[in-house]
Order: sequence, then C-alpha cells, then structure tokens
Amino acid sequence: MKKIKNSLGALTMPLVALGVLLLFNLIRCIVTGSWSFYEISIATDEKGSVLTGNLISIIDSASALVILAMGMTLVTAACGGQDISVGAVGAIAGAFFVIMMHPQKEVQMSTLTSVAWPNVILGVVVAIIAAVIFCLFNGVLVAYFKIQPMIATLILFSCGRSIAYYFLYQALGVGSIKLDDPIIFAIGKTIPGVPIPTSIFVVILVGLLMWLIFKRTNLRLYTQAVGINQKAAQLNGINPVMVKLLSFVMLGVCVAVAAIVKSTSLSTLTTKSLMDSFEMDAILAVAIGANNLGGGKFRLGGSILGAYTIQTLTTTLNAMEVSSDSMKFYKAIVIIVIMVAGSPVVRNWIVSLGNKIKMTTRAARVKEVE
Amino acid sequence: MPNMENQAVLTMRGICKQFPGTKALNNVDFTLRKGEIHALMGENGAGKSTLIKVLTGVYGKDAGSIWVDGTEGEARIHSPQDAQNIGISTVYQEITLCPNLSVAENMFIGRTKGPFVNWWSRNKRTTEILESLNIPARARQELSQCSLAVQQMVAIARAVDMNCKVLILDEPTSSLDEHEVEMLFGLMRDLRDRGVGIIFVTHFLEQVYAVSDRITVLRNGELVGEWPVAELPQVELVARMMGKDLDDMVDLDAVGEKSVGSDETVYEAVGLSSTECKPFDFQIHKGEVNGFTGLLGSGRSESVRAIFGADRVTGGMVMVKGQHAVINKPYRAMKKGIGYLPEDRKRDGIVADLSVRENIILALQVMKGFFHPMSRDEMEAFADEYIKALQIKTASQETPIGSLSGGNQQKVILARWLLTHPDYLILDEPTRGIDVGTKLEIQRLVLKLAEEGMSVTFISSEIEEMLRTCSRLIVMRDRNIVGELTGDQLTQGQIMRTIAGGEQ
Repeated sequence: MKKIKNSLGALTMPLVALGVLLLFNLIRCIVTGSWSFYEISIATDEKGSVLTGNLISIIDSASALVILAMGMTLVTAACGGQDISVGAVGAIAGAFFVIMMHPQKEVQMSTLTSVAWPNVILGVVVAIIAAVIFCLFNGVLVAYFKIQPMIATLILFSCGRSIAYYFLYQALGVGSIKLDDPIIFAIGKTIPGVPIPTSIFVVILVGLLMWLIFKRTNLRLYTQAVGINQKAAQLNGINPVMVKLLSFVMLGVCVAVAAIVKSTSLSTLTTKSLMDSFEMDAILAVAIGANNLGGGKFRLGGSILGAYTIQTLTTTLNAMEVSSDSMKFYKAIVIIVIMVAGSPVVRNWIVSLGNKIKMTTRAARVKEVE
Repeated sequence: MPNMENQAVLTMRGICKQFPGTKALNNVDFTLRKGEIHALMGENGAGKSTLIKVLTGVYGKDAGSIWVDGTEGEARIHSPQDAQNIGISTVYQEITLCPNLSVAENMFIGRTKGPFVNWWSRNKRTTEILESLNIPARARQELSQCSLAVQQMVAIARAVDMNCKVLILDEPTSSLDEHEVEMLFGLMRDLRDRGVGIIFVTHFLEQVYAVSDRITVLRNGELVGEWPVAELPQVELVARMMGKDLDDMVDLDAVGEKSVGSDETVYEAVGLSSTECKPFDFQIHKGEVNGFTGLLGSGRSESVRAIFGADRVTGGMVMVKGQHAVINKPYRAMKKGIGYLPEDRKRDGIVADLSVRENIILALQVMKGFFHPMSRDEMEAFADEYIKALQIKTASQETPIGSLSGGNQQKVILARWLLTHPDYLILDEPTRGIDVGTKLEIQRLVLKLAEEGMSVTFISSEIEEMLRTCSRLIVMRDRNIVGELTGDQLTQGQIMRTIAGGEQ
C-alpha cells in the first residue's frame, strides 16, 4: 500500500496535468452540449470494423512519442543531458526501413507497393541497427569523450536528415516516398479484423520489453547510480561509460521503432519532415513526467504519461478547431502552466498551505473541545 | 522576557523543532555572552546543525523564542537574510565564497547598494580589514590562490565587516592542517576580545579545549547542560555527549586487542604504481590491521586507491591469496574480495538521491552482475540486517541517504562493503567528520572484523586512532614509503620522527 502511495506521489504532476486536460474537455462538452470528444464509435468499411474517436486517436497518435520518450528518459537519467538528434536519426532509420522493404531496387519509385513479409522484417531489423549505430555515435561522444550531450548530438541534429536523404536518394532516387501496401497499412493503422490501432500494441510491446529489462537486469540501479554520482558508481565496480552507451543503444531501438510507427501511420516517408521537432516533444514529455533533466532518479511511467499529455493537448486544440498556425502558441501557454505548477516553488506553497489548513482545523477542534 | 545576565548577546529559550518522524530539538535553551567562544557539542544527530539552522533562519522553529542584543523584542528570523541583518553570520565547513573572484570582491559580494561600485575604496577597505585581523591575503588576489585556511578567514572577515554580533563557525577546522588551525584560533581570540560572540561547532575535542570559554552539550535534540570549560574535563565531556556514566568510558583508550594476524598473506603487491602514486611494495596478512600514515598529501590515499584499482594502474605485480591477479579497475578488486571505503564520503561514497537500502546493496549487487538483480525481499532483508547490526539511525530503508547525518552515512557505506564479505577491507578516513561515539564504534568493529579473519587497512588523520587499532603502520612522506613501524615502535613520537625523517 505504502509503495503504491509513494510511486503515485512521484507521478502526481503528469497525472494532474492529464486529468486537468480531460476535465477541461469534459466541461467543454457540457457547455457546448456535444459529446463528440469523448465519443468512441465503430466505423465499418470494406477492410473491417475499426474503433474511432478522439480518445482512440490520442492513444494512437501518441504512440511514436511515447516510445521515444522512454528512450529519452534513460539517456537523460544516465548522462544528465538529452539527445536532440532523435528526429534526424529517426529519418535515417525510416529511410533504411523503406530501402530494405523495397522489392526490386529500380530507380525512381515514388510509391512503394506490394512488399513481402520477409522484407518488412528485414527492414525493421536494419532500421533498428542503423538507429543504434547512429545513437552509439552520439553515445561515444558523450560517454567516452565526455562532450556535453546537447553539443554532441547537435552534429546529427543538423546533418542527420541529409544523411537520410542521401541513402534514400542513392537507393530509390527520391527524397520522399508513399507507402501504399496492405502490410504497411496493417503496421501503421489497423490489422484487418482487429478494431484497435496496431500502434497501441507496439507501445504495449515496447513497454513490456522495458519492464522485462528492468525486472531482469540492474539497468535501473546502474543508470541511477551513474546519473547521481558517477565517481561513487565507478568505485562500486560500475562502468559509467558502458552504462551511458547502453542508454544510447536503448534510445536507438526506441528511435527506430518510433520512426517505423510514424512513417507507416502517415503512409509516407519524407526524410525532410519525418519526426520533425520530435526531439523537443520527447524532452518535454520527460520533463512533464517530473524527471530531473539533470539526470539521476527517473520514472518511465512519468515520461509515458507526459507523452500522452502532450498528445491530448494537441488533439484538444484540434477538436477546438484552433488553426495550425496559432496551435503552437496555445500549446506553449498550457505547457508553461504545467511546468510552473510542477515547479518546486509551487509544490512548497501547496505543502505549506496544506499544513496551515491542518493546523487551523486542529486549532478549531481544540477550541470546540474546550 | 530577554535575559541580560552577563550581557547576553544571544538568548534562545525553549526552542522546539519537529521533523517528520523525529523531534530534532526539544525545548533547548542556549545563551551566548558578549566576547566569548562557546563550543556547541554533541554527537551526530544531537541537534547541533538544526539549532544552528533555526538560528540562521534556514529552518523555521516550531516553538520558543530568540532574543538578540540590540534588537527590540523577540528576533524575527525567517530567512538567512533576516539573520544577517540582525547580526548573525555563519561560516560553513565548505567555503561558500566565489573562488574565481578577488578577495575584495568576495568581501563585498551581495552587499551592494545601488548600481555603482567604487572598487578603489573597496580594495582599500578590504586591505584595512585584512591588516587589522592579521589575515595574510591581499585585496586584489584571486580567492582561489589563497590556502583553504585563508579563504575561511576571508569568509570570517566578511562576516565581521557586516557588524556581526554572533559569529557561527560550523566545523571550520576540518580541512585545515595544524598550523592553519592555530592561525584560525588566533583570529577567533582576536574577535572575542573585540566583543563578538562566537559559536564554535567542531568534532575535535582538543580544539574545544584550546580555544573555547564555555561548552553547551546537546544530546538527542535535548539540552544536556552548559559548563565553563574549566569545570568540564575532556573525558566527562565525552561521557556527557554519549549520555553515559564515566565508568563506561574507561575503555575509551583500549578499544580492544590489536590484531597482528596470521602468517597467511592475503594480499601482496610488488612495485605497484598508478598514475597518482610511485611504485611501492606492500603486503597484508589474514586478520591483520595495518595502516598508512603520513601528512595529508603524502600519498597514503593514492596508495590504497592503487591497490583497489581506483586510479589507472601503471605497473607492478599483485598476488591475492598466493595467486597472480590483475587489478586495474574496482570491479576486479571486488571480485578478488577487496573492499574500499573512500576518503571523501560525499564525492566518492554515497549515491545521495538513492535510498539507504539501495546504497547498502549497491556493491554486492554489482558483484552479482548486471543480469542477476536481487529480489526486493532479499534487498530489504540485507538492509534490515545491517541497519540493525551497525545501529544506523534512519527513518526507514527508503530514506535517501543524503538526508542522513554524516556518521550514519558512513555506516551505510561500511555496511555496503561488509555485505560483500570481503577478505581485505580498505578504510580510508572512515572516522572523518563523525562523532566520538561512532568513531569508537567503528574502531571496535574494525578489531572485531580482524578477529574474525578479515584483513583491514585503516587510514586516519588522527594518529591516536591508528595507534589504537593498527598493529603495523606504514609511514609515508612525499609519496614514498619511508618506514614501517610495529610493536614497541608504535608511539606518536616514533611516527613523528619517521615522518620528519633524518634518522638514517
């Protein structure tokens, strides 16, 4: 019981943020009298029945961000900094995914059709390997050469998309390609006969994998120890360089999976824009999840909730028909409110306010007794 | 009502402070008179720091009153700024000045009124103060170029210049050598003669008697009493701090039988060297307690770090239990049954944000390997066992170690290594900055472990401690081993002579 209470305590901030957003929508529904935001309906077409509605769409569209946020949390905890190149590395991973899936390597193909399962699996594997290699490049700069993560990852941040374009152009002669195939549809949207979006299963799978890794290894303890006090960790036999590299490897896997989820759900891969400015959203998710961006203790659950919070915000603004131009402005306002509400200063206010209320009620009770 | 007997400059009455789970201060009185050096004594966790923090406005008090000379009515202290404004200044153990600024800039930092600064007059004023207090520093000198002692004295000068009536010195001497301590004491006496009331918090009993006029003892958050120094002999002070009768204290000097160990060599190094130390030979027998001694910086810590593989090992041959071993990183040393408690607890020992439980199991868990995490029950059982065995004072296993007192943090690190059941345990300054009671506990523990067959290397800046526990002392000077003392040679005089050299 106590354990549950403790972990809830640490997740208060993202839970409250998400709750307030949902409550806001509830009020909006009552005021407007239209419950479209909370409606979940079954849409049926020739490909079968599919659940639709804003809530489903939030969970579906957040998937790539959720997966990415998990990897970002690990790197943040171990290195005390963030990888800002994840969007660009995602584009590289996506490029390799498509190249490997391509059945016949003809030049100039603007649409990818008729892929086979073995190629898809090859594509996934190669995409993961590519992303891990590029993330390891960052990792070596950060862990071995001790360069500030922000600067080390700035390199791929600025040139990663060019690398992705180079590979895709060399292989297929295009910088952007449409993905139109039943298998890709099954990965990116829904499997025929299953009413739930596939990406939700992918998130569950990645989450389970993470859970298993934490359960079966000392990754959490090592990562936190290195993030909090590297010297002490080292004197206890932990190799900080390896732990940091490992966090980048895990991030690489997450980046590749996120890139595959994102490109298949968009049914298109554009090296210039795939996962554009995702790095900032991923860092934001880690922050909303009440994780210290300076490294050390971390909670994956917080980052996951943070990612869903960001997507809920986007979907809410969409539902309110805010134009995409002014969207970023409203998003910024809400995020400032969330971050200020979760800041130590405000938290202390709330705690001392709570204490005051307790004191006054106790005083009142004492008076009553007298 | 303010108490003005003997010109009290500070009067605290009935101070209470409650923390979740513990009563840190219970109805404590404290009186500081004009022009006296008043030692505030107590074991770790006795409430010294809490009392100081209440006085300086870091913590709010739950009950009680504070009067300060020159302020009408009760003093309202809600922040360190308030405390400073009514004349209470603190100089902490760690220097809190800016090392990259000049001495004069440090003297005046944070005291600017208006946007303009007259550096010429400030430098002049600084020079005056430094001269009047006999502090060997120049106004334009960068602070980091001064020795630690001088930096501390600059911090004090800064406080004095802000017209402080109450000067709090919290463990000011813990990183100073003997000569520097004497310099600091000179300054303290000088200030006392000018009428400043000084609260002196320290762990060094001899220093209390060297400089203080009066002693207040706290124990478990309660006031034990206040005595003029002459009326409280050192042994009695220790007894009061530990809350024991004098009879219990007889064995203060004899902690136990020293352990020479058996003939079996547990660890042997020939020509071992690292990037930080010169080649040296060393061996230790099963069940032996030995020590490295020498002045700070003589290379004793660097030598044991080389044994543990904490620095990059550059050469030498190592035998563990008669077999060749390559120890070039801590993990290898741990696998060979060696444990190492580092000198700087905060920097190298504790993982501050992690819980007591995680800190205890850390080394054992690493030895078990990355893919073999212990179950939660197992960890809790281990943590529980050692919290009890070493009497670690903590609210729970899940309390972050950073919030424990220094002595208890040290016990947690000790527990961490005992849990790995090492054959050879290296303790570098295990008693630094912790109270007398815990010091004795640790010394007794070392002897008990040796009796059970563990080999221990014990390093301490306090020679008495090493004489009490070690059966063999290796003396170092300028990063070289200059002597080895055993049996009758183990006297302070002989150690001093060996350190000073010249008998050849």
